[in-house]
Amino acid sequence: MTDRPPVADERPPKPRPAPAPDADSAPYWTAAHEGRLVIQHCTSCGNRQLYPRDRCLVCRGPVEWVEASGRGTVYSFTVIRQNYSRPFRDWIPYVVALVDLEEGPRVMTNIVGCEPDLVRIGMAVRARFEAVSDEAGIALFSPEG
Amino acid sequence: MDGFATTGFFPMYATGVAEYLGLHPIYFDETNSGGSSFEVLVEHAAYAVEAGAAEVVLVTYGSVQLSQMGRRLGTGGGGGGGFAPGPAIYDALWGNTLVGNYAMAARRHMHEFGTTPEQLAAVAVSMRRHAASNPQAQERDPITVEDVVTSRLVADPLHKLDCCVISDGGGACVVTTEERAADLPRAPVYVLGAAHATTHHLNLSAMPSLTVTPAAQCGPVAFARAGITPADVDVAQLYDSFTITVVLTVEDLGFCAKGEGGAFVADGGLEVGGRLPTNTDGGGLSACHPGMRGMFLIVEAVRQLRGEAGATQVADARIAVAHGTGGMLSTGATLVLGGEVP
Repeated sequence: MTDRPPVADERPPKPRPAPAPDADSAPYWTAAHEGRLVIQHCTSCGNRQLYPRDRCLVCRGPVEWVEASGRGTVYSFTVIRQNYSRPFRDWIPYVVALVDLEEGPRVMTNIVGCEPDLVRIGMAVRARFEAVSDEAGIALFSPEG
Repeated sequence: MDGFATTGFFPMYATGVAEYLGLHPIYFDETNSGGSSFEVLVEHAAYAVEAGAAEVVLVTYGSVQLSQMGRRLGTGGGGGGGFAPGPAIYDALWGNTLVGNYAMAARRHMHEFGTTPEQLAAVAVSMRRHAASNPQAQERDPITVEDVVTSRLVADPLHKLDCCVISDGGGACVVTTEERAADLPRAPVYVLGAAHATTHHLNLSAMPSLTVTPAAQCGPVAFARAGITPADVDVAQLYDSFTITVVLTVEDLGFCAKGEGGAFVADGGLEVGGRLPTNTDGGGLSACHPGMRGMFLIVEAVRQLRGEAGATQVADARIAVAHGTGGMLSTGATLVLGGEVP
């Protein structure tokens, strides 16, 4: 298998993909659009969860939305050095990570605001937000401090 | 033949292939669990035959992934946020790739257990050594650990040579009764035990631990159903989408303790004559990986049990394990096969 040469691309930059909010997820994406990270809390057993679901994963009880601190630690990560899909290929190298929130739930995200080679498992990170459409935002994470 | 099983990536896939082939089976199955699908399809077929729902089930697979991908070759799909059914959107916004998911498992394994890039590389080196004696293997030139760890990083810590090849390929097997098999010219192989499991769909964030795969759940069940222990296994065909996949699988199936997979696969541990002869056809890392490799695990296990594996034949192989892994480490399916009447 030979490596392909870069393909000349005159098209305008492609934006980051945006989620289409639905009944389960709208509060999550809307909160991030407003600069808040929210998680689901089970009013019956106290379990906290993401991604958003209609019911508690532990006891099937009802869930409510609560605000999270935005603090977490890196559970694992990778530095993506090959991706031919736009817009990501323009960002290479970039960090994709799984972050364990202080409150428990684990999310996939990008670690930004730091050289990719400096990211470590266990690193303390804090959420920052980016609007990706008129109604949805996403939580990215940067090193704490 | 009255039963038919295959799978692919559109709904009613088996029905479509049956129509194309002019088949009208009374049993069909198109369970899709990704790379592990064909172990699941054979398990189901064995149950169906046992229950009398079908007498002869053809299980088949074909893919022209290499020819079809053309210029899109690269990260095995994923990465653009394009294929994100339902909740998969939560992990699809970040530019992660299929390789990136396995890379995060590898990174976590290194963190928890001190596994090294050189130990991962040893898997690729051993698979290539086996591929050298398989004339159908895609890559046959010998490689060294140094070659692997100095090949281009695709998604840290996985290098290009930690990743499987992308191929065209196909294979098939037939599941039938012991009585029917006795009439056939070739020696039968027996399904001694089987089981499958899942931990999550496409969201790696939903996998409880990146270092424990569904194999930890279905492996022991399949072995118990077969009445064997890992020590009884003569030859293994373990899904090797990436080098880390094999390290995780040998641990989860109980061939070594959790965390010791790196040492287990190093120094030729997976080669014929080693601790656990594995992927004797060269595996997905060197021989063939058209998207869902599970069928080839079965084909090679059967060849070993029939003594037809050529230069990589394991002497006196009586019990073989084929273990498929699908999705983003999402599914596992274990088949224990035997060359003798159970």
